[in-house]
Amino acid sequence: MENKNILMQADHSRSRLMKEKAFLWIVVFFSVITISPIILIIWRLIQKGIHQLSFSFLSKTTPDAFEAMTAVAAGERIPGGIVNGITGTLLMVALAAIIAIPTGLISGIYLYENPGKRLANLIRNVADILQGVPSIVLGLISYLWVVRYVTQGFSALAGSVALSIMMLPMIVRSTEETLKMIPITIKEAALALGVPYHKVILRVLIPTSFSGLSTGILLGISRIIGETAPLMLTALGSTAINWDITKPTSAIPLLVWEFYNNPYMVDMIWTSSLLLMIIVLSFNLMSKQIGTKRK
Amino acid sequence: MGNENIISVNNPILSVRNLTVAYDHVPAVKDVTVDFKKNSVTAIMGPSGCGKSTLLRAFNRMHELYENIETTGTILMGDVDIMKMPTIKVRRRMGMVFQRPNPFPTMSIYDNVISGYKLNGIPLKKSDKDEIVERSLSDVALWDEVKDSLNKKGTFLSGGQQQRLCIARALAFNPEIILLDEPTSALDPIATSKIEDLVVKLKENYTIIMVTHNMSQAARISDYSLFMYLGELVEYNKTKIMFTNPKDRRTEEYLTGKFG
Repeated sequence: MENKNILMQADHSRSRLMKEKAFLWIVVFFSVITISPIILIIWRLIQKGIHQLSFSFLSKTTPDAFEAMTAVAAGERIPGGIVNGITGTLLMVALAAIIAIPTGLISGIYLYENPGKRLANLIRNVADILQGVPSIVLGLISYLWVVRYVTQGFSALAGSVALSIMMLPMIVRSTEETLKMIPITIKEAALALGVPYHKVILRVLIPTSFSGLSTGILLGISRIIGETAPLMLTALGSTAINWDITKPTSAIPLLVWEFYNNPYMVDMIWTSSLLLMIIVLSFNLMSKQIGTKRK
Repeated sequence: MGNENIISVNNPILSVRNLTVAYDHVPAVKDVTVDFKKNSVTAIMGPSGCGKSTLLRAFNRMHELYENIETTGTILMGDVDIMKMPTIKVRRRMGMVFQRPNPFPTMSIYDNVISGYKLNGIPLKKSDKDEIVERSLSDVALWDEVKDSLNKKGTFLSGGQQQRLCIARALAFNPEIILLDEPTSALDPIATSKIEDLVVKLKENYTIIMVTHNMSQAARISDYSLFMYLGELVEYNKTKIMFTNPKDRRTEEYLTGKFG
């Protein structure tokens, strides 16, 4: 009787081991499927884009169609680079961040401090809806507001406004969520020392949640860097370096789109995309790094 | 006073008169009238939900952080009604220590001690800062343990050390009264006994009012005890008298462990 029992147990555990192994392989299989696109993308971009990557690619403006055509016909490397796109992206993303970060932080703090209030619920819902608005629609709105009435023409400012609206809800929600994670006792400690309310927020809550807040901001930035659609209707593009926010401006994703439309510049798509990818990835990694430091 | 189970004390530092605190119209503290004696330790006892924490928080008006509260009555400190003072001033005159140690996680041990000055933007000379830090940490018997690591984060310390750091932070501001809200409930027995010794020592220079759910702790370290039940102040007396000869049946039942 006892022997039989032991045998049964052994059988049982063998089939259980098999199941466990099978399950492990299924998990590994699907995990590989999940991560393979990113690896394939990066590999492909490096493979096709690396030969165009050079100092002039990062320091010269886009070539005109004729230059590109002659180079392609002669079988040479396409001259010029995308520095107008790099500076344009820098300008517009910086301006969008200047608009969105203070607004988002303040709204997020308001949501955290007044969780049950009507206005807070309204802001929270609007932020959620805003997050779902297609980016091309935001471009259209910015076109109506800024391009037509403020700068009276395509401009970096119009692009930044569209991008800042995209970024805003992310910052609002991440600020609220980050602040919620601070134990209430820290706030009480400051208030019990007679610290005025605004200083509790500025000098205790914000420093305490600094890493969380910057994670949210960096993710927001990496989200808007690659946006193309809203910029087509607002910043339009430019073949020269432009630092004037009231003038049309280029951006890396806009250039990718322009290169796609020009059969002689197709080769430059890959290098531009590779660069864009590197920038976005490094922002993502930076935010991850800051996020793990906190723990 | 109407209730003969509540004694009056000479030379009170804090006089509470007809204090009622209600959350959403439900009173948590009902018509409490009591005096606290200077340079003594007073323990506020009672079962959970009796309003003892609310009473303590009303003294430095921390209870106002909650929404929908109504407060009536007066709390006199000397001859000023703290209910009419700006909360910032009230809180600077009374230090508070909470259940769980809560040093500021972004600040060093040194900065935590002088955080009251830093956060309020009160400028101090470096020598004054050093002196306040050393004095406050010595007062809580933490100086020798941390004097070589003042630049480490406050959260780097053990739980008991953190709690003493929080007491030092309250002392640094030179308060008249120190309010302790179950300061040892999150600590182990050794850390607890250190805090208890400290409380007894601190009453030389400060007045201490502490909430505790630990009766033996109240018996060990308090001079006066206050028993609350369902928001009412049931009995207030010298601790020795209350523990040996409680006047009210409810106090007796609580002290003998019949409920709580």
